[in-house]
Amino acid sequence: LASPPRAVNVDLQTDATLQVDISDALSERDKVKFTVHTKSTLPNFKQNEFSVVRQHEEFIWLHDSFVENEDYAGYIIPPAPPRPDFDASREKLQKLGEGEGSMTKEEFTKMKQELEAEYLAIFKKTVAMHEVFLCRVAAHPVLRKDLNFHVFLEYNQDLSVRGKNKKEKLEDFFKNVVKSADGVLVAGVKDVDDFFEHEKTFLLEYHNRVKDASAKSDKMIRSHKSAADDINRIASSLYTLGTQDSTDLCKYESLLKLLTFLCFKIEARVAADEDLKLADLLKYYLRESQAAKDLLYRRSRALVDYENANKALDKARAKNRDVLQAETSQQLCCHKFEKISESAKQELIDFKTRRVAAFRKNLVELAELELKHAKGNLQLLQSCLGVLKGNT
Amino acid sequence: MNAYMAYKVSTQTTLAMFRNKTFTVRRRFSDFLGLYEKLSEKHGPNGFIVPPPPEKSILGMTKVKVGKDDSSAADFVERRRGALERYLQRVVNHPSLLQDPDVREFLEREELPRAVSTQALSGAGFLKMINKATDAVSKMTIKMNESDVWFEEKLQEVESADQHFRKLHTLVESLVIHRKELSLNTASFAKSAAMLGSAEDNTALSRALSQLAEVEDKMEQLHQDQAANDTFSFAELIADFIRLLGAVRGSFDQRMKAWQRWQDAQAMLQKKRETEAKLLWANKPDKLQLAKEEIAEWEAKVTQYERDFERVSATVRKEVIRFELIKYWEAFLPEAKAIA
Repeated sequence: LASPPRAVNVDLQTDATLQVDISDALSERDKVKFTVHTKSTLPNFKQNEFSVVRQHEEFIWLHDSFVENEDYAGYIIPPAPPRPDFDASREKLQKLGEGEGSMTKEEFTKMKQELEAEYLAIFKKTVAMHEVFLCRVAAHPVLRKDLNFHVFLEYNQDLSVRGKNKKEKLEDFFKNVVKSADGVLVAGVKDVDDFFEHEKTFLLEYHNRVKDASAKSDKMIRSHKSAADDINRIASSLYTLGTQDSTDLCKYESLLKLLTFLCFKIEARVAADEDLKLADLLKYYLRESQAAKDLLYRRSRALVDYENANKALDKARAKNRDVLQAETSQQLCCHKFEKISESAKQELIDFKTRRVAAFRKNLVELAELELKHAKGNLQLLQSCLGVLKGNT
Repeated sequence: MNAYMAYKVSTQTTLAMFRNKTFTVRRRFSDFLGLYEKLSEKHGPNGFIVPPPPEKSILGMTKVKVGKDDSSAADFVERRRGALERYLQRVVNHPSLLQDPDVREFLEREELPRAVSTQALSGAGFLKMINKATDAVSKMTIKMNESDVWFEEKLQEVESADQHFRKLHTLVESLVIHRKELSLNTASFAKSAAMLGSAEDNTALSRALSQLAEVEDKMEQLHQDQAANDTFSFAELIADFIRLLGAVRGSFDQRMKAWQRWQDAQAMLQKKRETEAKLLWANKPDKLQLAKEEIAEWEAKVTQYERDFERVSATVRKEVIRFELIKYWEAFLPEAKAIA
């Protein structure tokens, strides 16, 4: 597979000291193998340029190691890439294989081509998603120094990271339940700092609206795809009609086919492009805004801990018992809270900048694409008119 | 409440058989159905392809009668008008049918007597009628010794075209549904994008997102609604053509019936001859006379029915050839008009 296009969702500065990309990918039966390629001038690595093969589970392992690392509590952890999902596409291909007998050779070849193109599009997308994750980590001033990250990039053996088993998945589930309950409690705590208070309100609302917009755009695109599929089937049906040489009865189909085929075919392409630009953008920022929310949660959690430590210290001083312990504990909490607050502020400002830049880039590209298609559509309709007028 | 929709039928002609050069009359839907009934009765058995009328749609018409004031009622009337026009065009373009006094009366006469028993002619009813006839006739097909290969081939073509167009129709109907869905989903997304725009705290981006929402809302919805309508018209044209193919099949069936009548008459003649032979042997002179008369009668019938069959076959052949030439343009013109 040729090198996929660089991720379009994130505006990143390419830095000579550490450049990461996915140079190749291979799709096997039930897994995808990504070739992670690194170019670096950093002394930590043995060579200046090297590649390893990684699977999806290893990306997840890396992401989770960031989340679980207390030192990174003050950063927006780049969201993990979604699992490669070819199930739907594979199912369609299988159904096509089963229904081979019921359609003409032409129809079958055409549908097969369509499905293969769809499979390829999904494949390219999953590669892009995984690449974006790595690039975000590489661009982050602190995360790029992480030891696990370096191991991920360099260690040319299998990391022996297995996917979570049932017990671990259940643990995760409960952890999330606790977190959301806790989050509700913590969200109630009013923040003295205006900046964070504003961010909290903003992020909550923004996240919900992105979620809604993402869901609706998915729905819209699915309808578009269904319509495009119908059009493809109609076009191939007309094509078959038109090419049956025996029947005088259906000769006019060749003209009708031209009409339908050309005018409607545009729809399929538009659907695919919209999918790429709009929906992916929304989905990505859904995940990022969630990561930002998680950061705010961690900070609020630290704030609550700090306030509790203060209360404990007051109590200890009043009772004059375990004062030193309480003081140490309070200092730790204070330090942790301040550290998180400081980095969180910067992270959130960066998030905003990134978000605005990404949206702007994508919206511009989307508008240009739609314009191009509209012009193409207009041209085709005009030439169709010409053909019709010439004939009558 | 006995309101009904009347359609204006205007004719411009240089033909001598009409009283004036231009004239207009008002006709209701049942009048068109009545015309079809008369033409079908008179000319169908002779092997003519009698153009089928548009379908009855109870739901669509009820909306109009109830005075439902939305675009769907207006759309329905417009579609029906188009379908009725196509129907009449086919009738008057048929050189033999045009000569029929009923057609002239339909176009010219101020007040037309109400057509009765047009209930049977809903779209579904029409197809059912054709299918029943076809089933009955197909049982005869096995026995028919087709001397003329041309008919067999043409019937094959018609049947394969029918199958193909039915499949196409289903696909187009599916497309209509998906386009309507798309229109709804696009509107819903536009609203959501507007909400997102208002939540965005970067003013420039917020404005851009709101504009995106607006554009999506206006243009896409308009475009999709229109596309849904166009697709629906396309679906109707196909349905129209399928009905027309049904009429072609009908004419083949009439030819079969004519053949069957001839065969039955021959069989009857044979029986009468056998009876005569028996009577000769039994020596019953008065009964013999009757038998001889019956034989003469059936001999005449056989000759008549054979001639009928030949005539019907020739008509069917001419009709099918004419059909192939005509549908080229007429199927095309509406699409061309729609695009322009």
